[in-house]
Amino acid sequence: MAEVTAGPSPSPSIAVEPPRRSSVTSLLAKTEIDTRLFGMIIALAIIWLGFDILSGGNFITPRNLWNLSVQSSSTAIMATGMVLIIVSRNIDLSIGSMLGLIGYMMAMAQSDWIPHALGLGFEQPYTWIVVLLFGIAIGAALGAFQGALVSYGGIPAFIVTLGGLLIWRGLIFRFAQGQTLSPLDTTFQMLGGGTVGTRVGALGDVLSWALGILGCVAIVYTLIAGRRRRRRYDFPLRPMWAEVLLGTVGCGIVLGAIWVLNSYPLPPLVAAQYAKEHGIVVPPGGLNIAIGVAIPVLILIGVAVVMTIVATRRRFGRYVYAIGGNPDAAELGGINTRRTVMLTFSLMGILVAISAAIETARLNAAVTGLGVQAELDVIAAAVIGGTSFSGGIGTIIGAVLGAFVMQSLRSGMLLLNVDSPMQDVVVGVVLVAAVGLDAYLRRRSGR
Amino acid sequence: MTAPAIATGTGAAPSSAAPLLVEMKNIRIAFGGVHAVNDVSIDLRAGEVVGLVGGNGAGKSTLIRALSGAHPPDTGEILIDGKPVTIANPRDAKAYGIETIYQTLALADNIDAAGNVFLGRELTSRIGQLDDAAMESATRKVLGRLNPRFQNFKVPVKSLSGGQRQSVAIARAVHFNARILIMDEPTAALGPAETAQVRELVKQLKAEGIGIFLISHDIHDVFDLSDRISVMLHGRLVGTVNKDDVTTDEVLAMIIIGKLPTEVSQTELAELHH
Repeated sequence: MAEVTAGPSPSPSIAVEPPRRSSVTSLLAKTEIDTRLFGMIIALAIIWLGFDILSGGNFITPRNLWNLSVQSSSTAIMATGMVLIIVSRNIDLSIGSMLGLIGYMMAMAQSDWIPHALGLGFEQPYTWIVVLLFGIAIGAALGAFQGALVSYGGIPAFIVTLGGLLIWRGLIFRFAQGQTLSPLDTTFQMLGGGTVGTRVGALGDVLSWALGILGCVAIVYTLIAGRRRRRRYDFPLRPMWAEVLLGTVGCGIVLGAIWVLNSYPLPPLVAAQYAKEHGIVVPPGGLNIAIGVAIPVLILIGVAVVMTIVATRRRFGRYVYAIGGNPDAAELGGINTRRTVMLTFSLMGILVAISAAIETARLNAAVTGLGVQAELDVIAAAVIGGTSFSGGIGTIIGAVLGAFVMQSLRSGMLLLNVDSPMQDVVVGVVLVAAVGLDAYLRRRSGR
Repeated sequence: MTAPAIATGTGAAPSSAAPLLVEMKNIRIAFGGVHAVNDVSIDLRAGEVVGLVGGNGAGKSTLIRALSGAHPPDTGEILIDGKPVTIANPRDAKAYGIETIYQTLALADNIDAAGNVFLGRELTSRIGQLDDAAMESATRKVLGRLNPRFQNFKVPVKSLSGGQRQSVAIARAVHFNARILIMDEPTAALGPAETAQVRELVKQLKAEGIGIFLISHDIHDVFDLSDRISVMLHGRLVGTVNKDDVTTDEVLAMIIIGKLPTEVSQTELAELHH
């Protein structure tokens, strides 16, 4: 490194009197929790409590929250990819149609190509993974193709993906001829979190608890590793009470969620059948077999962790944010901006394929209308989650929470017998209001 | 010597014994039909500061962007250490040890100081994870020398003052062992104290044998720091002069009326002050 001594030698840090803050703000500052994330969690809690009161205690029930977790996963998975797309100042309108097309092709692969064209037969143990990887490959390719048109072709992303929206949907109708493809491979169906006979697309209570404990270990490890790294470089450390508070609250949320999901039992008929097959004597009060964390939710957790690492701990993610913050600076910094942008679209395609697998598996069918308007839900989830269209700002966890906010609104209104058109009105109002509030708070904080 | 024949006093520069680090020969860059840079040749030696001056739209920044890889020239040749090179993008330039402080600073506003200093050259662990702590530590060291009062390492550079942002841009250029440094209006956003620090820095880097192209509106800055001064007008090179051979008025005459000290009359020099 160049020895650059300019001016006087470094003086000790100049103590600046911290401005007076409210206790919540100071708590957030000490624990270094993102205020926006904290706000979203509060908003979600208010929505849940509000619906629970209005519906007479029918919202915050294990059954409803379990369903909410499954219904949110597909949107949340895609929203994590949409964050990176929007952060780099682009948009992907094609994902709903792409979801339909990939879902349709995955259904074709397992109901026709593998059993008939390849002559391998139905219900092979490898069918689900082959089909899933096939779908992911298509998603990656379609995404990369659209991304290449945007970044190398210089066509605005809005136009390319609007074209994609029409083209991919048109291709489904062209090839499906209105047919619904069903039934699907039973193992593949597990990806949707549903029940086939006595097989359940969920972890069950023991594995769910194991997952929860793994989550807690990860939280504690992250806190300890972070503290160690800071100490090694002599950076200011969080106060010990803040570390303990973060660890306790984090583990509490994780274990609480597992507890809720484990409190939802199998339906009595399925449970009785299960007991019969496994030779379990049904106790007088009925059998209580926990479903636990559903497979789509498990996939969402995996995707959210991987995408958070990609966005915050990898060069690729850093470049995506740099491009969004200042495209010229990114280019002048020596970043291959075109390749980076293309890869964000390819990554989006992979996530669309995963969601397509979940949705077709849950329906146990591929229908021509699968994924219609999914792009709007996904974009709304990302934006409610704090992703800014001016570029460079957005978090993965925010988008996941945004998807849960959207789904909570829809599912809560359904409980209150609000009809579908009125649901759209409310979701639309919330979307605009959330972004408006965000813009107002940003202006005020000067960030 | 590759400077145009009109250049004067090539033998008098104290650094003339040093090998040529950069030669830009017959560079042309056009936007549409407009020649932003028209057949310009300049050069730079190790441990030398060459001031590049001219009015607005003279083509200084465009010329220098060809060297930094931001906008490759249409025609012309660039030599580094006497060898012809192709600089197609900023990555190529950095590979040759060319670092640039852009007039616009070229910072990603949403990213913190360390992220900007290491932008495109992030430090990573063995498994490719960004090592933010190591980057922040290195950034604290380099910024500590440039601007000891700099403390805001955790915030996006958007919320920094103009001078602090400039410090980040300079830190990025000097941290990576540049051999050739391009400074495009490095003191434009700075107050007097910070400007003085940048001047000290330029002298320090020069003493270390780094070659510096200094673009500035401030003729006094240029006179204070440069060994040679290249003047551009309307996309053409008026000429390159040794600082010690000329007066500020003579350089002003080159900038404004495009005449070399040997060509300009006393009346023309006098009229500059009206």
